[in-house]
Amino acid sequence: MSAELLEGSEAIARAMVSAGCRFFAGYPMTPFTEVLEGMARLLPDVGGDCVNAESELEAIGMAWGAAAAGARAATGSVGQGLSLMQESIAELCFARVPMVVLNMARGQGDYYQATRGGGHGDYRTIVLAPADLGEAVRVVQLAFYLADKFRNPVMFMGDYYLAHVFEAVDTVAVDFGKLPPKDWALDGTSSGTGNARIVSSIMPTKRNAAVYVEYGAYLETSGEKIAAIECGMDPLYEEGWCEDADCVVVAYGTPARIVRYVVGQLREEGLRVGFFRPVTLWPYPASQLFAATRSARAIAVYELNAGQMIDDVRLAVRDRYARSIGGLSFDSSGFGIAPALTPMKVAARIREVMADIRQGVPA
Amino acid sequence: MTVLVRTDSPPVQPAKLVDDFAPPLILPGAHKLCAGCGEPAAMRAVVEMIDAMGFTNRAVAVFGIGCYTSFSPGLDVEVLQALHGRAPSLATGLKRVHPNSIVFTVQGDGDMVNEGLQEVIHTAARGENVTCIMLNNGVFGETGGHMTATTVLGQRTKNSLEGRDAKKHGFPIKLAEMLAPLDGVAYAARGATNNARNIFRTRRMLKGALAAQEGRRGFSFVEILTMCPTGWFIETADAPDYLDDKLASFHSMGVIKDVATGSE
Amino acid sequence: MSGTVSRGTLVIDIDRCKGCELCIEACRPNVLSMTTDRRNALGYLYPVLEPGCVACHACALICPDFVFQVWRYAEPVAVEEQGGGT
Repeated sequence: MSAELLEGSEAIARAMVSAGCRFFAGYPMTPFTEVLEGMARLLPDVGGDCVNAESELEAIGMAWGAAAAGARAATGSVGQGLSLMQESIAELCFARVPMVVLNMARGQGDYYQATRGGGHGDYRTIVLAPADLGEAVRVVQLAFYLADKFRNPVMFMGDYYLAHVFEAVDTVAVDFGKLPPKDWALDGTSSGTGNARIVSSIMPTKRNAAVYVEYGAYLETSGEKIAAIECGMDPLYEEGWCEDADCVVVAYGTPARIVRYVVGQLREEGLRVGFFRPVTLWPYPASQLFAATRSARAIAVYELNAGQMIDDVRLAVRDRYARSIGGLSFDSSGFGIAPALTPMKVAARIREVMADIRQGVPA
Repeated sequence: MTVLVRTDSPPVQPAKLVDDFAPPLILPGAHKLCAGCGEPAAMRAVVEMIDAMGFTNRAVAVFGIGCYTSFSPGLDVEVLQALHGRAPSLATGLKRVHPNSIVFTVQGDGDMVNEGLQEVIHTAARGENVTCIMLNNGVFGETGGHMTATTVLGQRTKNSLEGRDAKKHGFPIKLAEMLAPLDGVAYAARGATNNARNIFRTRRMLKGALAAQEGRRGFSFVEILTMCPTGWFIETADAPDYLDDKLASFHSMGVIKDVATGSE
Repeated sequence: MSGTVSRGTLVIDIDRCKGCELCIEACRPNVLSMTTDRRNALGYLYPVLEPGCVACHACALICPDFVFQVWRYAEPVAVEEQGGGT
């Protein structure tokens, strides 16, 4: 296969099918709807199933059942719909059920929701935030791999831009490596054998198991699950021109694509700017960001929200100061098209920081 | 002085075992349910019918959250644990991936008719080939005996201490009657486990429901009225009559719909 | 009373009983009764069996604690072993 000019939602849907996704359920919501449409059209041809669920809650429930049955299953929505799915996402982590959850977000206000989780208890989901469609069709496939590897939900952070941009991309299957068989999955065949399987966030073992795990004891393993993911993978990120940068700009997702372009342009003008772009919002590339900002005189965070990722930046850079150069920006639709997101406006914000540096403004 | 029979060991005279302590699909060991609870008899009927119909190594149970959840590690049946109210959607996904499995949910009235009403209605309307089983005791048992959407008028619960009053608490929902008219529903029935006769009737209903699933006729539903003396605040021995008088007088027993026999 | 015929008999796992008495109500020939003074390991009164069981297994079906094992004799038994429950 070679590259084809595709709209974002279609490309993402095709990439999911290439990854082996065979069950999808969703509820229409802008700008997620076209992904659902794409899956509804593509899955029957490969023997899969796409269900128009009657609510977001039922969508993630159906995907949960399909995933517990051993299929590569996914669901998705927009931040508002994901709010409804939070309990399920938490419990999927506790039940160790793999699943890919897409957020085709309206802007960048769902960073906290994705990385802290709006559910209960101690859990984390891996969060992947591509900057463009070429990266998106690869990381959405990686999402399925990581979900199966760690038996945990993985979130894919998209947005309106990603859903509707047209780019030439190749959605062929990517092989990320071998995975163990899903011998824990349910299909009825172990019933009556004395070793019936159970997939449960509450009582994960049968009474006649070699080691019977009570609910409280199981809850106590939540921290281990989180640590297993942190230790089991390297955070993904991209950085440029940080070694001698006076100002490092940190951004994620589609806006980071603009930031990357702007920083390149400013470099050509001779300004010593660098950029750092986390691709995994969790696990966050904290030590890598720390190293990239060691010698910078200013750390600026560009995100289209009231300041969410900046918390993780501050944690990463420790005793350094990180300033926000982003902010909320919505056109009248409210779908996350940001009037502020133009190269000229982004460049102007960076230039302000450079001016402050020249004038010796502290931090 | 009454003559008593030895009951500490099997008989020495030639005899046939009619009923073992528990069916093989119920793993040995005590459950944590109350004295006089009607749910164990219901669970027994369910697994015995699964076995009797030869479905054992195709069966997967999707459990809701309630007292009965404590059976999930105690059954030699594959179990997928769902959240409160959510079992029907999980059952849908599971069945779509493994259409040859026999998928049934086990949910209480609080789980299915309060939290999960939307889920069961949509699953029924879509005609998913799964069997939803509701253990209906008219209360939230696990939290201590609170009113649910099926609590009958006059029934005392912790949040209807003077008895459910339509003016204050609204009216109960008869779920089997609500689901039956949906075209996706192939079988809907209501039984009970408060006496042997009703247990036998309920077993036949479970058979009809599972047969509907096996025959891919659509959604099947069995509501089983169960005793909850703790949640009803009565003596265990009074519970069978309480069920007949209070619950079954409103939530009537019987087969409400069976497309296989054309009855409706 | 000797002379009563039993068509069946039970093995009762008395230490699992939680004293709910549903079996007493359910028993068709009324041959089950609760002890009045003896209690099991859990502290509950438990059922004891008189001659006359018909192996209808209503007790087993309704018992929430799976206390009963029900046997049907090949031939009805007229003289029972003296018991007293253990």
